[in-house]
Amino acid sequence: MASPRTSEAPLASSARLKEIMAAHFVGVDRASREHTAPVAWCTSVGPVELLRALGYQVFFPENHGALLGASRVANETMGSAHALGYSPDICSYLTSDIGSYLQKRTPLSRYGMSTAPRADLLLYNTNQCREVKDWFEFYGREWNVPVVGVTSFREIGEVQRSHVDAIVRQMEDLVPTLEAVAGRKLDAARLEESVARSKECSDLWREVLATAAARPAALTFFDGTIQMGPAVILRGTVEACDFYRLLLAELQERVKGGKGALPRERFRIYWDGMPVWGKLRDLATLFAGLDTSVVASTYCNSWVFEALDPRDPLPSMARASLELFIARSEEPKQRYLERMVRQFSVDGVIFHDSRTCPNNSNARFGMPQRLRRTLGLPVLTIDGDLNDLRCFSDEQARTNIEGFVEQLEGQAPRSPAAHA
Amino acid sequence: MRAPLYAGIDCGSWNTKAALVDADGALLATAVVRTGADVAGASERAFAELLSRAGAARDQVGAIWSTGFGRHAIPLAGASRTELDSHARGALQYVSGPLTVIDIGGQDAKIILVDAEGRRISHKMNRKCAAGTGSFLEEMALRLDVPIGQLPALARDAKEEIELGSFCTVFTGTEVLGLIRQGKRPADLARAAYRSVVKRVLEMERVEGKVVATGGVVAHHPMVVELLTKAIGREVIVPRNPQEIGAVGVAVAAREAGAPSAEAPAGRTP
Ligand code: SF4
Repeated sequence: MASPRTSEAPLASSARLKEIMAAHFVGVDRASREHTAPVAWCTSVGPVELLRALGYQVFFPENHGALLGASRVANETMGSAHALGYSPDICSYLTSDIGSYLQKRTPLSRYGMSTAPRADLLLYNTNQCREVKDWFEFYGREWNVPVVGVTSFREIGEVQRSHVDAIVRQMEDLVPTLEAVAGRKLDAARLEESVARSKECSDLWREVLATAAARPAALTFFDGTIQMGPAVILRGTVEACDFYRLLLAELQERVKGGKGALPRERFRIYWDGMPVWGKLRDLATLFAGLDTSVVASTYCNSWVFEALDPRDPLPSMARASLELFIARSEEPKQRYLERMVRQFSVDGVIFHDSRTCPNNSNARFGMPQRLRRTLGLPVLTIDGDLNDLRCFSDEQARTNIEGFVEQLEGQAPRSPAAHA
Repeated sequence: MRAPLYAGIDCGSWNTKAALVDADGALLATAVVRTGADVAGASERAFAELLSRAGAARDQVGAIWSTGFGRHAIPLAGASRTELDSHARGALQYVSGPLTVIDIGGQDAKIILVDAEGRRISHKMNRKCAAGTGSFLEEMALRLDVPIGQLPALARDAKEEIELGSFCTVFTGTEVLGLIRQGKRPADLARAAYRSVVKRVLEMERVEGKVVATGGVVAHHPMVVELLTKAIGREVIVPRNPQEIGAVGVAVAAREAGAPSAEAPAGRTP
C-alpha cells in the first residue's frame, strides 16, 4: 500500500519568524501594562502607518482571532460572546475574541499574557467589513477609550479620485485624536518613513508569494498563512522587512534548485476565501497526500498594497485601502481572479464559503460559475468557516476535495455502456 | 463469468452496498446491508453476501475498492474513490454523457455533471442540513406517525397540493404539526414532503443533458422520481440498481485500473 509523504518541506527561516512574532507580542503587552508607549488596536489593513509614525505599539485583533482559531481555543470562547448577544452568524473572529476577553483565555498565554493587551485607542477601517467597527466598539465601551476610524466605500468598481479624496479627508480628521492619545504631534518625515517601510514589506511579501508561480511551487497557501504574520502585524517595521528578505532568499534557492514545497506536485489549486484556521494542518496534509499544491490565494495576497508611496503618504494609503480585493465589486474581483489563475498556472479553483464572513466569501453571487465559463477551469465550493468548526464537516470537505482532484485527474473517456 | 472479478463496496451512512463485476465488466451481483455503527463489519457482511449471491469464491476476486463516506475505514479494500467518482462511473454504465446524476441518499444529496466524453465536470453536495435527503423523509414520517416504509403508499392517496415553505428540517417539522392541527390530511402532507425533497435538490445546481436518478431514496420512494420528472420536464432515467450504483461504479473503477497489483493512487489508500 502506497504511503505518500504528506507534509510540506519545513522552512529554516521559521525560527526567525517565531522570534519576531514573540518579540512583538511581548512588546505590546509590556507597553500596555507599564505604559511605556501608547497602545492601539488596528484593523489588519490599516491605516497602521499613522499609528507607527506616532510611536504607538500596535495590536491586531484579527491576528488574535486567527491564533484563537488555529489553536482551537476559539471553539471554547465563542459561546460567551453568543450569550452576550453577538450572534453565531456574525464574524467568528469577533465572537472568539470577545469570548476570549470575557473568559481570560488566549493562546497568547504562551507569551505570558492572560488576555489580549488593553488599548488606549482603537482604529478601524471598514473597507473590509462593518464587523470590525462593532468589534472595536465593544472594547471602547469596556475600557472607555476612543474608537475612531475610516468609514470606507465598499463594492467599488474602479477606484476614483473622489473615493481617494474622501478617505484622505477622513484620515486627516483622525489625526488630532491619534495625536492627543499619543501625546505627540504627527511628524511628516516619520509618516513617510513608516509608509516606506510598509511599502517595502508589501513588495517583499509579493515577491515571496510569487515564488509559488514556479513549478513546482516553492510555497503553498498553508505555509503562506503562517509566513504572512509579519506582513500583517509588523508591517512598517524593519524587522518585518529583514525577515522577508531571509524568507525570500530561502524560497528563491528552492526555485533555483527546482525544489517544491511538496515532494510531488501533480495539480495546482487557487484558494479563494478565508483559511479554516482550526483545520489548517489537516487540509495541508490532505492536499499534500493528493500531490496537489495550493499555490495561491486571495487571502495571502490581501496584504500586498501596490499603491503605497512614501512621497504621497495619505493619498497612497487611501488608494491602497480602496484597491484591495475585498473592497471591490464583482467585476474587478473576477478580473483579479482570472489574472491570478494565469500567473500561477492553476488547474482548478476552490472557493471556501465561510459561514460567518460573507465579506471574504466570493461564491455567493455566481462567481464560481462565471469563472468556470470564462476560464474553462474546474471550480469547487466548500462550506466551512474561519473559526467556527461547527460549520465545517471534515468528511464533507475531504470528499469534496478528493472528488475534485479525481476530476482533475482528467480521466480518459469512459467505456461505453456495459449493462444497458 | 470471467475471472478475475472486481468488487466495489459503497459504505453509506445508512446502508453498505456491494457490487461484483467480472473481467469483462459484466455485473454479476449486488448486495445491501445496514451499516450500523461498525463500518468494517458491515463491509465484511456486504462482501460475504455478495459472494454468496454471485456464487463466487473469495480467491476469484482480483481487487476490492471502496467508496462512500466510510471508504477509508474498510480494511478489505485495496483502494478507494469518492462517491462522486463512483456514482458518475456507475451511471455511465447505463447512459452515456452528457448527463446529470442526481443522487439522493440517507444523509446527503449530490448533483454530478458529466460531459459527452464521460468526464466529470462538476459536483455539488448538500450536507449542511438534512433538507433534500432521506433523513428529512424519516423526520416527516415521524411527524405523520407512520413507519418510513409506509410513506410512499400514504402519499399515493394525496388529493390536495400543499407546499411546505420552511427550509430547515426542524422548522418543517413544526410547520407540518401546524398543518395537521389545521386538519390537513396526512396523505397530502406526505406528498408535500416528497415535493420538498425534490425542490431542495433542484435548488442545488442546474441540471443539464440526460438526467439519471440514483440513491436509496430514489430506490425506495418512487414518488421522488415522478416529481423530479414533472419538475424537470423530461425523462428521468433510473438505472437497474439505483441504490447500488456507487458500488457498481467503484467496482468498474477497480476493473479499469486493471491488475490487482495496480498501485493505488496517492492519498487514496484506506
Ligand atoms: S473581514 Fe470577515 S473575518 Fe475579517 S473581521 Fe470582517 S467579518 Fe471578520
